[in-house]
Amino acid sequence: MNTNSQFPILNSLINYILHLADNALILAHCNSEWCGHGPVLEQDIAITNISLDLIGQARNFYQYAAELTNHSTIQPFNHSTIQPFNHSTHSTEDTLAYLRDARNFKNCLLVEQPNGDWGKTILRQFFFSNYQYLLYEKLQISSDDQLSAIAAKALKEVTYHLRWSSEWVIRLGDGTEESHNRMLNAIDELWPYTDELFIAADYENELLNNKISVDVASLKTNWQQKTELIFSEATLPMPKEIFAHKGGKQGMHTEQLGFILAGMQFLQRAYPNSEW
Amino acid sequence: MLAEKEISLVQEKQIWKILHEVLDPEVPVLSVIDLGIIRKIEIYDAVQKPPFGGLGVFITPTYSGCPAMDVIRMNIRLALIENGFKNIKIKTVLSPAWTTDWMTEEGKRKLKEYGIAPPNAQQQVCTPDVFQKEEAVQCPQCNSYRTKLVSSFGSTACKALYVCEDCREPFDYFKCH
Repeated sequence: MNTNSQFPILNSLINYILHLADNALILAHCNSEWCGHGPVLEQDIAITNISLDLIGQARNFYQYAAELTNHSTIQPFNHSTIQPFNHSTHSTEDTLAYLRDARNFKNCLLVEQPNGDWGKTILRQFFFSNYQYLLYEKLQISSDDQLSAIAAKALKEVTYHLRWSSEWVIRLGDGTEESHNRMLNAIDELWPYTDELFIAADYENELLNNKISVDVASLKTNWQQKTELIFSEATLPMPKEIFAHKGGKQGMHTEQLGFILAGMQFLQRAYPNSEW
Repeated sequence: MLAEKEISLVQEKQIWKILHEVLDPEVPVLSVIDLGIIRKIEIYDAVQKPPFGGLGVFITPTYSGCPAMDVIRMNIRLALIENGFKNIKIKTVLSPAWTTDWMTEEGKRKLKEYGIAPPNAQQQVCTPDVFQKEEAVQCPQCNSYRTKLVSSFGSTACKALYVCEDCREPFDYFKCH
């Protein structure tokens, strides 16, 4: 039975879910590197709690993508040449997270940018949570029941992430000369990766008519207004429009993602099927 | 002889009773019922689930990434098997999303006795606006309301860190969600 002819949008749907999952997983993984290294204990706990929420969201998306993939004859991603799962093409949340190569990851470039100092990690989180909050607000009314359920649940968590990261942008921007300068530097480094959030990939466009995906371009004004509000509290300047890097959503990544995956996937690559 | 419908009602009552004994591994005074994460129980007869029938327990996670969920799922299964139930399916439902409003009054009382401030009845801080007025959370040790938020993230996803300004004790608050 060829499910693809019955559901011509299935391929796009799987890609879209993987995009949502990869965004959450990669940011969670980068944030988790702060575990035991946070500037103070409470904030170390905060950033790792945020990681945990994001991993949970990623798991919900991956489980859904795996279910759809297993009912489909297409494989929208290539597993690496190593096939540790007994030559089976059966997908699970784990095969999707641990056995795809960088070219198959569809996360936006922002989430794979290096942690840098605490200010840069905070700003990356604020940019992303600001976006994710607006995205999930819309995704919770998606015509796809499972996407809507995952988003409605996650929105409550993202509310905490956005409040926490906004407050830290203000504290650091309107803090000491040192913290202010570090935030200026973080803005310089991260701003060119924000525009990609609002440029729809082909799979997002294809799902728009069915009211499955969110029209990301429509989120941009609200995102900018919120950023402007927080930046003005933080005595930080709003950057001018500058050249926007893009491609992550189509699998064209910065060099950084390769290093992230090398660390994250090492165990399953070196010791296939290992569990703990 | 009991009619089949009555049998399933008796069984369902028994299952709810068993679930009262299954505890949250992270907050071991709360049962899964107290937490409000059991959404539904379904009993299937031999026609629906041949050859012997079976049962479905529908649970919902507190937070998307709550690591206790896998343990809870296993503990529910073990408790039911110990009591002679077979063919058990434990299904996760995400919608509607869990809220602290589903926690039982009994659960809130047990939390306080355990030293964790129970969630306030009304959700007070649920918007992303910055530097909001902090919730008035009662200290579980000395009952003072002169308490201060230290961090909205605590030892588990569901808790925030507070400190009491009267008795100076730090404590966890099961935050509104």
